[in-house]
Amino acid sequence: MGEVELNAQFWLIQSFNGISYGALLFLLASGLSLIFGVMRIVNLAHGAYFLLGGYVALSVIGATGSWMLSLPVAALAIAAVGLVMERIFLRPLGFDPLRQVLLTVGFAFVFQQAALDIWGGDNLDINPPDILKNSVVIGELYLPAYRIFMIGMAGVVGLILWLVMEKTRMGAMVRAAVDDSEMARGVGIDTSRVSMFIFALGAFLAALGGAIGGAFLGIYPGLDFEILPIAFAVVIIGGMGSLGGAALGSLIVGLADNFGRALFPEISYFTLYAPMVLILAIKPTGLFGRE
Amino acid sequence: MNNRRGVMIVIGALLALLIVTPYASSYVIVLITYALVYSILAMSLDILLGYTGLPSLGQAAYLGMGAYLTAILATQYDFGLGWDFWVVLVLGILVGAATAAFFGLFAIRATGVYFLMITLALGQCVWGLAYRWNSLTGGDNGINLPPRPQFGINLANDVTYFYIVFGCFAVSLLTLYILVKSPFGRSLEGIREREPRMRILGYNTWLHKYIAFVIAGGYGGLAGVLWAHLSGLVSPSDVLLTTSVDALLMVVLGGAGTLVGGVIGAALIVFLRDYLSTMVTWWLYVLGGVYILTILYLPGGLMGLLERIRRRRALSASPEKAEKLKSVVH
Repeated sequence: MGEVELNAQFWLIQSFNGISYGALLFLLASGLSLIFGVMRIVNLAHGAYFLLGGYVALSVIGATGSWMLSLPVAALAIAAVGLVMERIFLRPLGFDPLRQVLLTVGFAFVFQQAALDIWGGDNLDINPPDILKNSVVIGELYLPAYRIFMIGMAGVVGLILWLVMEKTRMGAMVRAAVDDSEMARGVGIDTSRVSMFIFALGAFLAALGGAIGGAFLGIYPGLDFEILPIAFAVVIIGGMGSLGGAALGSLIVGLADNFGRALFPEISYFTLYAPMVLILAIKPTGLFGRE
Repeated sequence: MNNRRGVMIVIGALLALLIVTPYASSYVIVLITYALVYSILAMSLDILLGYTGLPSLGQAAYLGMGAYLTAILATQYDFGLGWDFWVVLVLGILVGAATAAFFGLFAIRATGVYFLMITLALGQCVWGLAYRWNSLTGGDNGINLPPRPQFGINLANDVTYFYIVFGCFAVSLLTLYILVKSPFGRSLEGIREREPRMRILGYNTWLHKYIAFVIAGGYGGLAGVLWAHLSGLVSPSDVLLTTSVDALLMVVLGGAGTLVGGVIGAALIVFLRDYLSTMVTWWLYVLGGVYILTILYLPGGLMGLLERIRRRRALSASPEKAEKLKSVVH
């Protein structure tokens, strides 16, 4: 009897952990998915946005002592970085996947070095407010408040994104550009402006994810390239350019990662990337991607 | 470039390297050996990127397969530390090719951005196994290799090992050169330029691309075996995404579709990564800068730059010849 209870508890806790990790991934990957969907750019600097977001948030906390302030400031600062990168470097490049990839890698290295120079090479941690350090007790389960906060945050951001995409003019333009960029240009949509908006939004979301994830994963050199492929797994599994896909992809990857680590640790990354390969081979637009 | 002259220049440069290197300091010898190993990897990628038009983001996977095979055979089975080093070399090529043969089944049909993504995912599969499969790969710590093989000659000597790597490199360059000049290589270029037309002409383009993919994997495996004994430590960071991306940059920096370009690119990147990083702390700025500047200002790579300079000089030297050149170009 006790064993059964333990088992149920194991599944519940692992599911909760997976969902909360998925929530963090959603912040990181939803922007990447939109960038990929609209611009077909494989942005290898996206992990760097995440990392820089965490670092900037840390500095804001250090300077002002306000954790609440650190989230928007970090997100906006990195959004500006993304905006400049898109306008000055990516836009003039035209459509060439390989050159785009290498250009974004170049930036990822430059950001890495800048982060190392400014913040050093130590493992840093963001200290959230005390209220988020407690646990919420439900029955016999202790659920860390911070993980609940992450889930809530992803929910709110997801809702706002959905509203922007479905109800605003800009959102309609983005959807049109995802579906058929050429056609969108044909009917007079300024796809260059859409790209700019999406790229800045993607950087904003990634940095927000980094600022929130900083209290959860820590902030350290190398985190950028560690988290980046996972974000791509989300994008591919969910399908690029689709918010719902990004949400479902995040959930699947978050759960798969958690249960993989718990149940078969030796092949846990393999269980993450092998489905990505299969989906790309069978249905390249992802499980829920727009055709 | 004048073909025969180009070949003579390359042969001359390689002979010079072969003669001069033993007199260099031991640090430089090791550095050059690294550059040669990376050159093999870069050339293998050039077959895909430069000649077939397939930008693979997972070439480090084959290097990793060769390297881990070498390390595991050496540490767990005590195999490959004598004359059987040559057997491991062949096995490394086979395991690289076999991995590519398996991966190619998934990857080859994808094009453009999707090909980038699927090769990235395949590379991550290998990295994930290397990182987490502790009992086999030693996980994050990797595997420390015993001293290099010994069979009459002692490869632990850096100069001797340089000769071995140089030999493998020269054979790779020669065989790949023959490959790209063969009818098969020509049809690969045809696929790069316009795949639908090749298909209409009756070529099985899938099979051509698949074979190129497998061959590239084989050379990647070879680079892996040499890499393992060179570095003495095989760890997941060798299979990391950044290694695959570096290999791409080497090819693009030197000039894709030239074979030699990958070698030049490899030499430059190894110099930046291994030499500059010991001298200055801000070397990543330089590396990132090289990426950005190459993409923005060197679309044809360094070899393309040479070609451009040569053509301009020809233009100013004789207007007559220039006319001829122009008609050839257009």
